[in-house]
Amino acid sequence: MQPSRSEGGVRVPALRRPGMGPAMWIVEFYRSNVGKKAVMAITGIVLLAYVLLHMVGNLKLYEGASGMNAYAEWLRTLGYPALPEYGALWILRVLLAVSFVLHIHAAVSLTLTNRKARSVGYQSQRDYAAATYAARTMRYTGVIVLLFVIYHVLHFTTGHTHHDFVENDVYRNVVEGFSRWEVSGFYILANLALGLHIYHGAWSLFQSLGWNNRRFNPWRRSFAAIFTAVVVIGNISFPIAVLAGIVD
Amino acid sequence: MALDLTLRVWRQSSPQDPGRFETYEAKDINEDSSFLELLDVVNEQLIEEGKEPIAFDHDCREGICGSCGVVINGRPHGPAGHTTTCQLHMRHFKTGDTITVEPWRASAFPVIKDLVVDRSALDGIVQSGGYITAPTGAARDANSILVPKTASDTAMDAAECIGCGACVAACPNGAAQLFTAAKVSHLNLLPQGQPERWSRVTQMVDTMEDYFGSCTNYGECEAACPKAISIDFIAMMNKDYLAAKFKDQRRQGQG
Repeated sequence: MQPSRSEGGVRVPALRRPGMGPAMWIVEFYRSNVGKKAVMAITGIVLLAYVLLHMVGNLKLYEGASGMNAYAEWLRTLGYPALPEYGALWILRVLLAVSFVLHIHAAVSLTLTNRKARSVGYQSQRDYAAATYAARTMRYTGVIVLLFVIYHVLHFTTGHTHHDFVENDVYRNVVEGFSRWEVSGFYILANLALGLHIYHGAWSLFQSLGWNNRRFNPWRRSFAAIFTAVVVIGNISFPIAVLAGIVD
Repeated sequence: MALDLTLRVWRQSSPQDPGRFETYEAKDINEDSSFLELLDVVNEQLIEEGKEPIAFDHDCREGICGSCGVVINGRPHGPAGHTTTCQLHMRHFKTGDTITVEPWRASAFPVIKDLVVDRSALDGIVQSGGYITAPTGAARDANSILVPKTASDTAMDAAECIGCGACVAACPNGAAQLFTAAKVSHLNLLPQGQPERWSRVTQMVDTMEDYFGSCTNYGECEAACPKAISIDFIAMMNKDYLAAKFKDQRRQGQG
């Protein structure tokens, strides 16, 4: 902790308040902004991997009711009998929940710090020279994705926001759910927001973790673009397929 | 060709003054003059009218000292890119333009007067680790420590940083990542910098975070940097910082 710097009668305010004592190294690590960004990158990788597997798994929708429901059954009994039924699913859910909490906590905390770091803004119109639209809207797309995930779990996992939910008949629930155009529309919009979010995130994580190599750097943007395209096209194909009557 | 311009300039008599924009007409400006020379012309008018001239930082006026720097129409060092304010020529503007001139804005850079800000927080970052302890001898000893050409080239790319603070001014988060990364990297890349490699990066990053915001990988800093310092250095700094935090440095015999 540095004291406020003073020169020519001007005081440079320190952003961090004193009073936090020494802590375990991992806590110290998370207290730093660079550490928080690394945590955001690692939890981001977990969530990116999940979102890709989730999309790939859901392609079973195109196999019809038997394929989709067999896949759901396989997920429920994954690792059985070493794990109880739903065991693997719950391990995954806890991992995802922890990742979400850390990712969001770091994001909120860094955003608050950043607001303090630029307490007076510029009067002239901001003229961005490099920042992409995706990068600049991370905070908004992040909130949209969070709200969507909550709705999505209540919709297809617990059935609370589903108009006609039948426990364990996944195929039917999906087709019924997406047959409502307003539900499908929301899914499509939310996935476009997700796409913007992961387009910046899938590139940004390389910088945050210091995975930098002149030879491979140009590939990082391409990776982010291709990854985003695969996930978003896959995901929005489901409501479109239902609405278009390709899947019924 | 001569230019007739309207300037909106931030005027603030002291750190306590809330400040305001004032509008000045600048007539018959030579398009080969620099932006600082434009401010000189306006100041001569102000002095003739018995008014307080606009305070702004400047020194070498050849783009190497890092003293000057104002935000011109929302861009640090103006619209040309990869230049300092003193090297920005008026031919980038056209007659009839209204130009808004503001100081660097960051909580770590309080305004002292008009367009002059206190950048001593950057000095604090350098003081916390931007040095080496190895005695490197006199000039004739330069070749006694072998430095790979690639390392010296990349270290020189980082060492180009003139510390003007445009990266902080350009960052929507008021982060000093590019400055700090340049200062960390130019020593961490060289053999002379190795003894303090891990303590340097932790001390400099920790000091940086006392005053500045955090990086969201927008890349605005790189675009505003008069020396076009690459955000690759930020990744290198992050990598060293993460490694340093996970290393038991004493057991490795490194500071």
